[in-house]
Amino acid sequence: MKTDLRVALVGNPNTGKSTLFNTLTGLNQKIGNFPGVTVDKKTGYCTLPDGRTAEIIDLPGTYSLYPKSQDESIVFSILADKSNPLTPDLVVVILDATNLKRNLLLYTQVADLKIPVIVALNMMDLAKKSNISINVHLFAKKLGVPVIPVAARKGEGIDKLKEAITFANKIALQEESIDVESIAPKLIAQITKEFAIDNSYYALQLAHQHETIKFITPTQSERIEEIEKEFSFHSQKAQAAETIARYNFINDLLYDTVKIPETAKDETLSNKIDKILTHRVFGLFIFLGILLFMFQSIFSWSAYPMELIADGFVWVQSALHHLLPAGPLTGLVVDGVIGGLSGVMVFIPQIAILFAFISILEDTGYMSRVTFMMDKLMRKVGLNGKSVVPLIGGFACAVPSIMSTRTIENWKDRMITIMVTPLVTCSARLPIYILLIGLVVPNRNVWWLFNLQGLALTGMYVFSLISAVVVAFAFKLVLKGRERGYFIMELPVYRMPRWNNVAYSMYERAKTFVLQAGKVIIAISVILWVLASYGPGDRFAKIEKKYSQPQYAGYLSADELGRQIRSEKLENSYAGVLGHAIEPVIKPLGFDWKIGIALITSFAAREVFVGTMATIYSVQGDAENMETVQHKMKVAKDPETGRPVFSLAVAFSLMMFYAFAMQCASTVAVVYRETKNWRWPAIQFAYMTVLAYTASFIAYTLLK
Amino acid sequence: MTLSELKQGAIGIVKEFTDLEMSVKLMEMGCLPGEQITIARVAPLGDPIAVNVSGYQLSLRKFEASTIILQ
Repeated sequence: MKTDLRVALVGNPNTGKSTLFNTLTGLNQKIGNFPGVTVDKKTGYCTLPDGRTAEIIDLPGTYSLYPKSQDESIVFSILADKSNPLTPDLVVVILDATNLKRNLLLYTQVADLKIPVIVALNMMDLAKKSNISINVHLFAKKLGVPVIPVAARKGEGIDKLKEAITFANKIALQEESIDVESIAPKLIAQITKEFAIDNSYYALQLAHQHETIKFITPTQSERIEEIEKEFSFHSQKAQAAETIARYNFINDLLYDTVKIPETAKDETLSNKIDKILTHRVFGLFIFLGILLFMFQSIFSWSAYPMELIADGFVWVQSALHHLLPAGPLTGLVVDGVIGGLSGVMVFIPQIAILFAFISILEDTGYMSRVTFMMDKLMRKVGLNGKSVVPLIGGFACAVPSIMSTRTIENWKDRMITIMVTPLVTCSARLPIYILLIGLVVPNRNVWWLFNLQGLALTGMYVFSLISAVVVAFAFKLVLKGRERGYFIMELPVYRMPRWNNVAYSMYERAKTFVLQAGKVIIAISVILWVLASYGPGDRFAKIEKKYSQPQYAGYLSADELGRQIRSEKLENSYAGVLGHAIEPVIKPLGFDWKIGIALITSFAAREVFVGTMATIYSVQGDAENMETVQHKMKVAKDPETGRPVFSLAVAFSLMMFYAFAMQCASTVAVVYRETKNWRWPAIQFAYMTVLAYTASFIAYTLLK
Repeated sequence: MTLSELKQGAIGIVKEFTDLEMSVKLMEMGCLPGEQITIARVAPLGDPIAVNVSGYQLSLRKFEASTIILQ
């Protein structure tokens, strides 16, 4: 789209920046990446009153230009680097009118970069409610920039803001906030001279950030280092002096322009809510209750739409089978591609519901309280208060949970959370556990109350949480932290969730999931389909020939004959050959070549196990026909020993394998997407496979 | 006295910091010398704590609070 003006939104977290962005751009926005880094870039378009189009960039929320995370370092790079193609013509700084003091720190820093800037004074409605009176006219005069009062959630003042953007000056006219030069006069003079910079604050920031910013060359960085040594510049001391000077300026400014009544300091509604929600005793129980409700809803609310989606795909597949001529290409398209697609699509309801909950918990401010309550517990095992949410979400599906780890700012904590989340028993493991437990665990009660099968299943869930905690602890010891861990975090006041934001988050996450993970799933399904449908040499032709002989064709019904042919073809397909090839490796775990095929095919997704077992034991249908699969598996005998294939030892060995193994292409894809480095999914795949093999081996050896 | 020793509900005034790196982060968040600070809440497990400072609520770990010296 052609744009006439580029506008960047800058502000603290929790100031309503995203709401303002959504209001300005409508749904006319897209999410991409900032060049060279993994930070999401949100851009949108806004038509101005004079007919021009403005491109709006939503920069990550930050408390200051001194970055504490990669997301935050983007803000300075975009604002300061004139050669950056995304450098804005105008910056809109969003200030929370109810919390001006801390918000103004970032404003003064941005203003001192001498970029044209205007101020959106958000949450004016809430400020009025708390009887905070702001002399906007004087405030604007003292800053020397247009100040527009808005209430982004109510849509108030948006037209005025658009007008201000339209008529904004092309040159920076803001007043000086502090005397920047006085912080490090000689250093600033030297850098401005050598690097031909016309702005003192930019020069000072270069001295602070030269080691991390990407837009200067290593030689330039070395030169800045030399200048720092020459004038004995101490970064943290300089930053401390600067921050104190800025707050002095802010205190003077607020003293003249803002009146906060004493009553506003009384107990607020937010505090009253907190007394209950973070109560010493009830706090944790309420959290547990909310989790149980969330967990239940993800399962129960998604069951019906998931069934609809699955049925819809079955209908499309059978319709296409009728419409298209039978042949390998039809098979590839209908069974390979569409079959693979259905595997992706059925997860949409779970993802949408999980993200609706997460977005509500974040929007209301409750998520910060969960983090606050759980931090001590989680820290002991190398996680972080913020890891609780992805871990719980992992019961539904690891894919959206791994996406939700973005709320964890600390790099090491986030990586550990990503690495252990797939260990939590997700919904795809459920059909496998139910099938295997039903095979070997008797369906009777102990102590009148507890059903043995139920106990076994609950045991698998508890086991998964324990293993996640243990593995997290191991990673804590191995991984080196890049930055010192902090928990200096704002606890925002409670607010009502923005429902359109919830809906948008559901839509956005589902779309991202389908597009990103979908590609990988489709590719793997196609490969698996080919491997299971074709065999080496003329093996398939020989099978066809064998079964066309009268002793088969005559005695067996057409259905039975078809099943036998399919079963024998599978054994001789590439997948079957592979199964036989890996048999020596999996023999110590108690698995035969048939289970080997299922292990290979279920790499794409765990639930494929049941379907593969069904095919191998030549039963028509899939997961829907579980009774019959179970029956066939129960009577299956080892051809050599004559003993049942699925003994207690084999079944538990298999469950251990599925508890640990990374049998999920979507998770691999999403871990790559979130870490932008193949090393992480590779490490994860390797450690989980090793654990799976070991646990399986131990289970089989002990129970044999 | 440090902030971590302050009783819930009591009012303190920030005097100085014992850790330069931490002080920079704290000051950015409005926790400055001369600023009034109160303990609003303690997490159910005893750590971290929530404080009122500069007109809003901030949570920090007890260890971090122990680097803040009060007047």
